[in-house]
Amino acid sequence: MNKTVNQKAWFFVLPVLILVAFNAIVPLMTVVNYSVQETFGDNVFFWAGLRWFEEILRSPRFHDALGRQLFFTGTILAIEVPLGVIIALAMPRKGPWVSVCLVLMAMPLLIPWNVVGAMWNIFGLPELGLLGKTLNTIGFDYNYTRQPGDAWFTLILMDVWHWTSLVVLLAYAGLVSIPDAYYQAARIDGASSWAIFRYIQLPKMKRVLTIAVLLRFMDSFNIYTEPSVLTGGGPGNSTTLLSIDLVKIALGQFDLGPAAAMSLIYFLVILLFSWIFYTVMTRGEEQ
Amino acid sequence: MARTKWLIPAIYIIFLMLPIYWLVSMSFKTTNEILGSFTLWPQNFTLENYRTIFTDPAWYNGYINSIIYVSINTVLSVAVALPAAYAFSRYRFLGDKHLFFWLLTNRMAPAAVFALPFFQLYSAIGIFDTHLAVALAHTLFNIPLAVWILEGFMSGVPKQLDETAYVDGYSFPAFFVKIFMPTIAAGIGVAAFFCFMFSWVELLLAKTLTAVAAKPIAATMTKTASSSGYELGLLAAAGTLTIIPGAIVIYFVRNYIAKGFALGRV
Repeated sequence: MNKTVNQKAWFFVLPVLILVAFNAIVPLMTVVNYSVQETFGDNVFFWAGLRWFEEILRSPRFHDALGRQLFFTGTILAIEVPLGVIIALAMPRKGPWVSVCLVLMAMPLLIPWNVVGAMWNIFGLPELGLLGKTLNTIGFDYNYTRQPGDAWFTLILMDVWHWTSLVVLLAYAGLVSIPDAYYQAARIDGASSWAIFRYIQLPKMKRVLTIAVLLRFMDSFNIYTEPSVLTGGGPGNSTTLLSIDLVKIALGQFDLGPAAAMSLIYFLVILLFSWIFYTVMTRGEEQ
Repeated sequence: MARTKWLIPAIYIIFLMLPIYWLVSMSFKTTNEILGSFTLWPQNFTLENYRTIFTDPAWYNGYINSIIYVSINTVLSVAVALPAAYAFSRYRFLGDKHLFFWLLTNRMAPAAVFALPFFQLYSAIGIFDTHLAVALAHTLFNIPLAVWILEGFMSGVPKQLDETAYVDGYSFPAFFVKIFMPTIAAGIGVAAFFCFMFSWVELLLAKTLTAVAAKPIAATMTKTASSSGYELGLLAAAGTLTIIPGAIVIYFVRNYIAKGFALGRV
């Protein structure tokens, strides 16, 4: 669409700008402030320079949490995106079942995150939960509160349960926007179903899949409530993701300086990855 | 292949429903049954857990608090996002693209990073432990999303609509409220749905910014889980009740949810 240049449009944006700036800039500056100072309580602060940043970047604890975070995000993206596309492709395009599918699939998205954690906590209990009891009955030695491997399995299964529907809904929205004429033309040309997917459906879904990958990346990198209710970061530190570690340092130990430095590094990592995803996935769209 | 295609969504939906079924079925069991034996459905069907929640103010106030701040947040986010989205979809102005991207970066901010600064900021201006505090904090994530979604819907409306209205003698506010907003009603519904959703499911900020007066249901649940030991039935009943508002909202917007992001611009 041709847009007219109009500097007065700033007035329309002003309310949003004021609210978001108040909410984003003031807290962000507070974090920046803490990240370069040292405090022993009583609101007395000393200049610490970049010491906290060096400390965090060198600390094995941060490296481990970042490593676990990258593993978690990578794994759930690798599962949820293809699975979501497969389910969206298999869904009916018309008829009464469409509504039923959409409503049921959207359910997990609207459950408060701590309830999701609590639900899987109960579901996975080795003696009392359906999942835990079933796995133990058929011969697996499953206990997510004791064994790190089982904790990871439950964590990833929970996230797949929670968020695959978002990918399904987005991919489905992309698919229904394809006109029937495209399929008819493909049928006349005798295209295989793989060719239809590769040259008609996938390109049409590219934009919504970019959104899906970006949203899933950001949200899984920020995940806090569900794992903290499910495993609390344990057993040991085996499922302590970045947010859980950060809250432990900031609100648990009240180490404001290191926590603030870690916050900034954390935020920058997300921005960097989002920018890379965005650039790679939208490359070639400009032409 | 085509015959068995329906199996994929069917199996997926069963997988989605299993944990929900387990939660709901547990909410109708007595504590003795939950801890005593493994049963697939409630043997001694009881409504005791629900009775506790509906009669104890500590419990039902949590629901009321959550619904109040979610509503304030949804109305506030959509109200300020509407003119902004209009500006982004219709005009070019100094710094528009940078501003749009900066708004989206706020969607990426981890809540854990902002929890403590928010607490200090809102305490300093005296709105700690109010519904407004939580509603305001959630606008940080919801306004960018609402602008993004609404901008997509508005860009789908041809500009001739605006021009015709001006020729017909409408002033800008009259045009916006009487003609433009009804045209993008679906978009407003979708934006409101996503604001509702993210405000309803978020806990970390809601918990940090409230103490007693505005405490959300989710925080009441975590407290119960840790303080009263193994009241799993009660916890399950409270969890089941938090699913209901979402289910009602989904039912009303079922035809639009799939389109929500599809029309948004990346």
